[in-house]
Amino acid sequence: MTRQMTGAQIVVQALKDQGVDTVFGYPGGAVLPIYDEIFLQNEIRHIIVRHEQAATHAAEGYARSTGKPGVVLVTSGPGATNAVTGMTDALMDSIPMIVLTGQVPTFMIGNDAFQEADTIGITRPCTKHNWLVKDTDILAETIHQAFHVATSGRPGPVLVDIPKDVQFATGSYTPLNKTKVSHYQPRVKGDIDAITKAVEMLEKAKRPIIYSGGGVINSGVGASQLLRELSDATGAPITSTLMGLGAYPASGKNWLGMLGMHGTYEANMAMHDCDYMLCVGARFDDRITGRTDAFSPNSFKIHIDIDPSSINKIIHVDVPIVGDIGHVLEDMLKIWKSRGRKTNAPAIAKWTAKIDDWRAVECLTYKPSDTVIKPQYALERLEALTKDHDRYITTEVGQHQMWAAQYLSFEGPHRWMTSGGLGTMGYGTPASMGVQIAHPDALVINVAGEASWLMNMQEMGTATQYNLKTKQFILNNERLGMVRQWQELLHGSRYSHSWSESLPDFVKLAEAFGAKGIRCADPADLDDAIMEMLNHDGPVIFDCLVEKHENCFPMIPSGAAHNEMIMGEDKTEDAITGAGGALV
Amino acid sequence: MNALSLKKGASKKSAYDLKNPLGDTIETHTLTVIVDNEAGVLARVIGLFSGRGYNIDSLTVAETDHEGHLSRVTIVTTGTPAVIEQIKAQLDRMVPIHSVHDLTVEGPSVERELAMLKVTGTGEKRVEAMRLADIFRANVVDTTLESFVFEITGTPEKIDAFIELVRPLGLTDLARTGVAALARGV
Ligand SMILES: Cc1ncc(C[n+]2csc(CCOP(=O)(O)OP(=O)(O)O)c2C)c(N)n1
Ligand SMILES: [Mg+2]
Repeated sequence: MTRQMTGAQIVVQALKDQGVDTVFGYPGGAVLPIYDEIFLQNEIRHIIVRHEQAATHAAEGYARSTGKPGVVLVTSGPGATNAVTGMTDALMDSIPMIVLTGQVPTFMIGNDAFQEADTIGITRPCTKHNWLVKDTDILAETIHQAFHVATSGRPGPVLVDIPKDVQFATGSYTPLNKTKVSHYQPRVKGDIDAITKAVEMLEKAKRPIIYSGGGVINSGVGASQLLRELSDATGAPITSTLMGLGAYPASGKNWLGMLGMHGTYEANMAMHDCDYMLCVGARFDDRITGRTDAFSPNSFKIHIDIDPSSINKIIHVDVPIVGDIGHVLEDMLKIWKSRGRKTNAPAIAKWTAKIDDWRAVECLTYKPSDTVIKPQYALERLEALTKDHDRYITTEVGQHQMWAAQYLSFEGPHRWMTSGGLGTMGYGTPASMGVQIAHPDALVINVAGEASWLMNMQEMGTATQYNLKTKQFILNNERLGMVRQWQELLHGSRYSHSWSESLPDFVKLAEAFGAKGIRCADPADLDDAIMEMLNHDGPVIFDCLVEKHENCFPMIPSGAAHNEMIMGEDKTEDAITGAGGALV
Repeated sequence: MNALSLKKGASKKSAYDLKNPLGDTIETHTLTVIVDNEAGVLARVIGLFSGRGYNIDSLTVAETDHEGHLSRVTIVTTGTPAVIEQIKAQLDRMVPIHSVHDLTVEGPSVERELAMLKVTGTGEKRVEAMRLADIFRANVVDTTLESFVFEITGTPEKIDAFIELVRPLGLTDLARTGVAALARGV
């Protein structure tokens, strides 16, 4: 009854049983038997990238834009070590990902065999869990467990290391429904008493705020709808972390914009002054809190998170609720409705009036120019010309990333892919490919900085091979802009190695890869150039030459509190002082 | 940071705080952790402690359920109450970990450690070592004309005391198992 197969066949069969349609990978000696099985079937599509790091980021883009786990297949040794950055990135941002690695045969492990690396040892701290499979009979079961672990509770990357002899040997296939139930079953329902307490306090709150994060996106589209309902029904203003953008629509009336280091003035001031904070699927990261002992000093704090270790890790909260966001928000709304939909409406009206005063500061104003393209202007025009498209945005890491978060707006979840926790330059290009593969007809734009973009530019080859029509929108300031900004603020404007020297001609580079290149340096030409990009049915590299010394504001300098923001017009030289200088 | 000057957490109004989690006193806790006895599981536990900068004062591990392939890990650790809570939460979410118990807060428990001490010498010192062993109920498990190996079981404090007394009498080698602990009662 249990079917006998080779280990390599088991791998492919298990992936099919898990509903996998796409694998991002790169072959090598230790995975050849699996590649042979991939050759012999048509159900699973294998995307050959140009570097294993790119396979992991593409899988992240795929996962983040679909809600399904991303799957990666790489060889032993260098294949596995190249995948480490992407796994660490996925761990930090809670992205479900299954990485299958080849390994030298079991009888050679430990001998420093060719392309041997201690993959399990190296990836132990950058995965949720990993397994070395030494017996073909337990391979199917292990892969099914790996999917369970990657997608249950707080999602994350897992790795299954498969020695080559295990791929060749014959063993029995354990189907998904015969796999034994894992004892790893994180709790999804929140404690009703705690939820009731959260509702009671909400009813009385004079200055409530909802602070939401990536956990809402991970919980599924339903959770985003519930979040919207909760904010709209109670009148609680809402802000979000970088990872949570899109869960509440940017056009919604209670939207304050992103919070944190480069968040809006209104979001940060409201966080500081609120008396009731509902943290939904966020983790009080240091980019959010600023100085922790000055963080929202007078609020009653509630924290909903599926990961108990996120609770009270950085900020002590009054009511922790461990559970899945969707489940908890559903219960919370039910309880709030059953108790008569109470709010402290007069107080909230005053609170929103105060917030409107903060909004009136218009913290995202910048000095326009008609001679040089301001990066903010470029993003405003990109927003205006693409917002009605079926649009997905990925980014690299740096100033452009923060400007994208500030100036682009997201109306729904799964539309915004960025490297938040790890801040991985080189994420955006391959992530945009993963998104485009999952959504072939959509408009996928990678908002990039020229330095980050170079870190995985080899993936243009993947784009042209699969005709992935992603638009690489490079805000080219010829600077490692974010590094330069910090040097201005902290190191007396000594711009040590923050130049992008010897840049390639991006238009010629595009052509060399078989893609289309567009360059724009004049604000007057920008709209036409963006339209040309949008109208091209294929991959485009858009070299947008922007102001070289623009800084990204507002900014909470490290070590400062939410109400100590630097605004655009302030003096910035050496603005970071004292203990804040030691923080990153 | 002075915890008492902060409003939050120390609040008596909250029904959820049994003790002040912002306290910055360093406490010692004994945790017992049941894990799948699979390859690398100890590296995972230890990696968590080193990676996140937690302390391990003592760690013992052995398979305690041969059929279920489960091991019991006993960890003695120190930290502020917030750090201890973090350690427990971080351990508890690891996939091969079945349960985490903090014996220090979950009611009375018993702790024992075993040590072996080699004491070399002759004459009066040798006699005195024997007398101390008697008082501490240590057993002699090996002897030559010039040495003893004592085996002693007890709390870590008792073992510390015995070691300090025996040291001037010619203590030349020492092995300790680390703490094993169980909750009292049923
Ligand atoms: C892999 C990696 N190396 C280094 C850094 C540090 N870093 C953060 S932003 C940045 C500069 C990015 O420059 P660019 O991509 O041109 O973006 P800009 O800030 O100019 O918009 C650097 C070097 C990083 N985040 N990731
Ligand atoms: Mg740049």
